[in-house]
Amino acid sequence: MTVTMGRLRITFSKGGLLRYSGHLDLARAWERSLRRAGIPVAYSHGFNPRPRIQLAAALPLGHAGEAELLDVWLERPVAVGELARALQPALLEGLVVKEVREVPVQQPALPAQVAASEYEVAAEWEEPVERLQERMDRLLAETELRRQRRGKSYDLRPLIDRLWIVQEWSQAAGGPVLGMVLAARPGATGRPEAVLEALGLEGCRAQFKRLRLVLGQG
Amino acid sequence: MVERAKGEDGCEQEKMRVEAEELERILPGVRKPGRYVGGEYNSVAKDWEAVSTRVCLAFPEIYDLGMSNLGLAILYDILNSLPDVLAERAYLPWVDMIAAMRQARLPLYTLESRRPLREFDIIGVGLPYEQLYTNLLEMLDLAGLPCRSADRDERHPLVVAGGHAAFNPEPAAEFVDAFAVGDGEELVVDLVRAYQETRGQPREVQLRALASIPGVYVPRFYEVAYGDDSRVRGIEPTVPEARLPVLSRVVSVLPAPPTRLLVPTVDVSHNRAAVEIQRGCSRGCRFCQAGLATRPVRERPVEEIIDAIAALMPLTGFEEVGLLSLSSSDHSGIERLVQQIAERFSADHLSISLPALRADSFSVGLAEAVAQGRHSGFTFAPEAGSERLRAVINKPIPTEQMLEVARQVFQRGWRTIKLYFMIGLPQEEEEDVLAISDLARAVLAEGRREHGRKVQVNLSVNTFVPKPHTPFQWAGLESEAVIREKQALLKRRLRGPGLKLSLSDPQASVLEAALARGDRRLAGVVHRAWELGARFDAWDEHRQPAAWSQAYAEVGLDPAFYAHRERALDEQFPWEVVSIGVRRKVLLAEHRRSQSGETTADCRDSCYGCGVLAAYGSGWSAQWRCPRPPDNA
Repeated sequence: MTVTMGRLRITFSKGGLLRYSGHLDLARAWERSLRRAGIPVAYSHGFNPRPRIQLAAALPLGHAGEAELLDVWLERPVAVGELARALQPALLEGLVVKEVREVPVQQPALPAQVAASEYEVAAEWEEPVERLQERMDRLLAETELRRQRRGKSYDLRPLIDRLWIVQEWSQAAGGPVLGMVLAARPGATGRPEAVLEALGLEGCRAQFKRLRLVLGQG
Repeated sequence: MVERAKGEDGCEQEKMRVEAEELERILPGVRKPGRYVGGEYNSVAKDWEAVSTRVCLAFPEIYDLGMSNLGLAILYDILNSLPDVLAERAYLPWVDMIAAMRQARLPLYTLESRRPLREFDIIGVGLPYEQLYTNLLEMLDLAGLPCRSADRDERHPLVVAGGHAAFNPEPAAEFVDAFAVGDGEELVVDLVRAYQETRGQPREVQLRALASIPGVYVPRFYEVAYGDDSRVRGIEPTVPEARLPVLSRVVSVLPAPPTRLLVPTVDVSHNRAAVEIQRGCSRGCRFCQAGLATRPVRERPVEEIIDAIAALMPLTGFEEVGLLSLSSSDHSGIERLVQQIAERFSADHLSISLPALRADSFSVGLAEAVAQGRHSGFTFAPEAGSERLRAVINKPIPTEQMLEVARQVFQRGWRTIKLYFMIGLPQEEEEDVLAISDLARAVLAEGRREHGRKVQVNLSVNTFVPKPHTPFQWAGLESEAVIREKQALLKRRLRGPGLKLSLSDPQASVLEAALARGDRRLAGVVHRAWELGARFDAWDEHRQPAAWSQAYAEVGLDPAFYAHRERALDEQFPWEVVSIGVRRKVLLAEHRRSQSGETTADCRDSCYGCGVLAAYGSGWSAQWRCPRPPDNA
């Protein structure tokens, strides 16, 4: 039996063209990065042992993440202080380690702890920014926003915790930068694309950046 | 397709680089965009200005397949180790990306520096099999380069191709400036040096310099005459540098395997490290081109393999390593190797994959070592169903031995066995086809004895395609009608739980057979078929038989002449511009022995003088499994 000697939480950013590799590919990239860095990751038991690591939440293709989270279970103790430095050279271009800290082993699974995510979305918008603000106000005044996702109907409105204009103009997309705090509930996760759609901005040029994940009790 | 941008002086300038922003405009709309952005761990982006010679290694299939091509990985490693050379990579994008790039007027670019292919000095094309010719044209066109060698000159990159399809270079002769035949490790350096010495000179001068390198075939320096019956009547070199035949290159000693392997960032087939443990094969299966064309057999020493794995693990992070060869269980140190890997790397959670196991050199020890942490399945290739036909093809493994191996595999806990077979082999009768289903059912019965109904036997049955430089090079491909009959017979016989049958598309076999033994006139057909939309010919869902039929008709050639015709014993073959070292008369003797069902022993046990030692013996080294030649001190 492998004794798990601890659980680490790595905060990292994902950017550059690495944004175009998906969630499963990122998980695989982390497994290999940890192997390259010589970090003693614990393995699951059973027929097909897998390294015990867990990403908090999938980041859609093309989105950047400023403070993504990864939990890693260890096979033997390591000095946490030196990990970030040991890890960085083993990472792909586009990944930067921001912080490594120990978390209690018995905490719930990381994805279950995610309560909300904060985004910055630079969206293409040619009209005066006030027009967009009006649309946002109308949206927030609604009590229900029925949307379809993969053939299922859900209410987007309760998933929007906050929605505001961060910056009136950004060159990146040719429009303002929106701030969004979107909730993640069992069975429904607020997605920034869905909010753009609800604002009538579907199909516009947009750049998505997830600033942070808000953890709850899980 | 040439993207042009206005320069500062107002003149049109060719685009020097595909910018990330341009790419990002199309990436969200294509599948698996991660394969078009590079950035793989261990990819090498050298300073463009700091080197004199830039090589693009181009693979005319998608990233997902190209990334696991070990040949390209070896050349990438060698070229980038030269201080004055850089090598970058390009793969053929998938159809959605091709369309998006054409619409956005973006030229094909390399993944490392995102420079268009036409900015490179040399484009080195990997052609591991024949169905890639239309993809090669698609690639050249997407790069904004003329498809035909005759339409390119010294202002264009030099297009050099290598890989197993180069053993018959003729169907691609019009498109490729020079072929590199055989082992590439030394040859690629010779090519680069010859290019450097003739830089800036007319293409003709460059190509004559290349033609004088052993192992290089420059098609334009040969004239091929055809008789009234359309068969080759004569082949003549037209310049003194052009050799006839061009003897395939062989390295005396396998160079140390690359360890700083590229780690893909999106999932690809064979997503693991690879270490070649042996090159060549001594078995002499009569259908197998690779086994003969990569002789002599050279075994990498066990210690070197272990060292390579130890080095590559921290450099790559791969959790699995494939030990590659044409017949893994024939490596004389294989048991010791897998044991040592298990001992040394068990704490590292490293698993081993051992493709190409032979039932007659398989052992329980091997099974256990490979079992470490992995329970996928076992694959064996009986190739033919009956012992009689296995003697014809010279893969004489007794049925009882196969069943014994199946028994052992099932007893060790596996529940799935995959079996590879061929139909359409020379001398095949209905009873041989039925023997395939009998053998599969017998294997299934062995599994059921162990595990009850939870057992699966997967059969992959391909149509035999005669290949150049083999004892079966005289044979005709089975007619499409008979292939379909035999497939239908197997389908009827292999119904039921626990059995899964997959069959190859007969039209794919006809195309492959024609291209495999085609002459240079076929280039016209390839080009026309591509113009008519053919590409990704190895993909069942993308092959376009109608385009090929129309192309054959327009050019005035008959696919049956190339695919189905049985050749006369004294016929001169178009691929005899190349020699693999094995004598034609040895191939012919093997052809005759096959007709009488006589087998030929493994040549490690008794050398029968295939010709390889005569051709290459002066380079004999201790890695060779050929007997040491008397004049080698």
